[in-house]
Amino acid sequence: MSSANTVKHSDVIASTTTRARKLTAEEIKEIEHEMTLYPDKQAVGLEALKIVQKHQGWVSDESLLGIARYLDIPAADLESVATFFNLVYRHPVGKNVILFCNSVSCWIMGCEGIKDHIKDKLGIDFGETSVSGDFTLIPVPCLGDCDRAPVMMVGEDLHRNLTPEIIDKIVLDYQSN
Amino acid sequence: MVTKPLTKNIDMTRGPLAIAAYESADGYQSVQVIAGGMSPEAVLQLVRDSGLKGRGGAGFPTGLKWSFVPQGENSPAQKYLVVNADEMEPGTFKDRLLMEGDPHLLIEGMIIASYAIQASMAYLFLRGEYTASERALKKAIGEAYDKGLLGKNILGTGFNLDIVLHTSAGRYICGEETALLNALEGKRATPRAKPPFPQVSGLWGKPTIVNNVETICNLPGILTYGVDWYHGLTKGSDHGSKLFGVSGKVKTPGCWELPLGTPIRELLEDYAGGMRDGLQLKGFLPGGGSTDFMLPEHLDLHLDYAEIASVGSRLATGTMIILDNKTCPVGMVGNLMKFFAHESCGFCTPCRDGLPWVDEIFNEFESGRGNEKDLQILHEHVDYLGPGRTFCALAPGATAPLGSGLKYFAEDFQRHIDEKCCPYKH
Ligand SMILES: Cc1cc2nc3c(=O)[nH]c(=O)nc-3n(C[C@H](O)[C@H](O)[C@H](O)COP(=O)(O)O)c2cc1C
Ligand code: SF4
Ligand code: FES
Repeated sequence: MSSANTVKHSDVIASTTTRARKLTAEEIKEIEHEMTLYPDKQAVGLEALKIVQKHQGWVSDESLLGIARYLDIPAADLESVATFFNLVYRHPVGKNVILFCNSVSCWIMGCEGIKDHIKDKLGIDFGETSVSGDFTLIPVPCLGDCDRAPVMMVGEDLHRNLTPEIIDKIVLDYQSN
Repeated sequence: MVTKPLTKNIDMTRGPLAIAAYESADGYQSVQVIAGGMSPEAVLQLVRDSGLKGRGGAGFPTGLKWSFVPQGENSPAQKYLVVNADEMEPGTFKDRLLMEGDPHLLIEGMIIASYAIQASMAYLFLRGEYTASERALKKAIGEAYDKGLLGKNILGTGFNLDIVLHTSAGRYICGEETALLNALEGKRATPRAKPPFPQVSGLWGKPTIVNNVETICNLPGILTYGVDWYHGLTKGSDHGSKLFGVSGKVKTPGCWELPLGTPIRELLEDYAGGMRDGLQLKGFLPGGGSTDFMLPEHLDLHLDYAEIASVGSRLATGTMIILDNKTCPVGMVGNLMKFFAHESCGFCTPCRDGLPWVDEIFNEFESGRGNEKDLQILHEHVDYLGPGRTFCALAPGATAPLGSGLKYFAEDFQRHIDEKCCPYKH
């Protein structure tokens, strides 16, 4: 699986100009902790991606290479994990990520109308970030709160029984200044 | 007598019980039973006798599953318990309640399951979006370590157990147990070929049991109050109580713990308050998005695995999604198909290529461009994506609402073709 030749790993995904970012001391500390919980380094890959995302906001190519080098695992393997998961952001995102449930119960309860309202209000569709940089809108499957649909998360907070009025209030609460 | 063992401590208007209060409510009694000298074999036998079936969807008998784990001197020393807390089945909201409402119950159950299969390491695979569950579980795990209920030589039994809370990062397929194992190993989460089954060769090639959160939460009661008590809980032929949820346009949607064997009508009318004023029940999915539609004429059946199977559906997660007469059934099935198409892991062709095609056809129907040929293609996909054609159960799951929707709501599909629009949209 892993080889000592980390330079070769890097070449697999990145253009020759992409350089691995040196992980911060804080990131390394958290990754080291995860390494005590799993029997091998590959298993820590996703955790490491999430740790870096927590600190940097998203996972750039440079960060991904940095993690691969630190864990001494092939960058291509880590890349295939990173691109598989919805919640690993490979592009910069806004200050607040809105995870908008568009699954069946929320659909029955009118989430499409709520989404249209968000679209009008913030000028963004799924996958987009508002001009202000405050919000990124992402669809997610069922958030497990179907009895209080429609539902969405803003960052780590869950918001339920959404109406256009509640959306207006949420936008005010989370937007900068 | 305890009649609601899963939710007796849950009151969502306050936080979950801290460990001291939990212990005063018979909490961790089952670990005392083990400390009193009950052998792993005896625990396994109790769970077999209880008749507990898995609550993760497939309804497989829990004790039987555990008995496949090789034991004895020649078996691998390292065994694993993995708890499946990746709840993402559309319309399913039960494991979240258990984890946010009473995290110690899950931890207590994990100790029992780990002891029975002799696992010294247990991973709790939690959906990344469940941040409130994560906070509650972290705190409870910490408390359990502080009390010596986790770690080395638990309550002087010589049994060791560590629990690691793993938070995932999305993707429904991670809930499929072998994809989950790949995800835990840090690999791309595609399902594995079976056999070998995880019970024999699972996480890092070691014997592994994967159980659902609710399944595990049944265990403390079985050990604390006994099998006879457990058998007294049900109103039907399957044992125990279960969480049942109702979502959609009913008066009081929610999630309740009820005896298995409760009539569906009671759940819908007494607990969920019946349909909202001015609406009628048109159909329902009894156990999440991967189950076949049922009809109003089925309301007098009971919430029982075999009874629901007798009309071609599955009890599965026990969380119902209600279709009313003013919501378009074609739109509802289309929404589910979009979900399945998006969540396909892409490993096998029928699912990777078939589901997006199905999704595309539903878009056509939605915009009034669906035709007879499209309808025929949809029918064909019920077979192409069905059981035995694909590597895992995701695609067959998609055919459940698709096939039953085509059958029960044929008239609605036809109207989309004839009227060249969605008839529910004016
Ligand atoms: C696509 C797919 C998704 C699944 N998602 C879940 C899930 O989120 N939670 C769960 O417990 N089981 C899920 N399952 C079922 C698991 O594969 C497995 O059967 C279950 O965790 C076993 O636990 P049990 O025996 O306690 O029911 C899923 C299955 C499939 C095919
Ligand atoms: S059926 Fe779908 S989800 Fe399952 S392995 Fe095949 S492509 Fe992946
Ligand atoms: S369908 Fe939206 S929370 Fe379940």
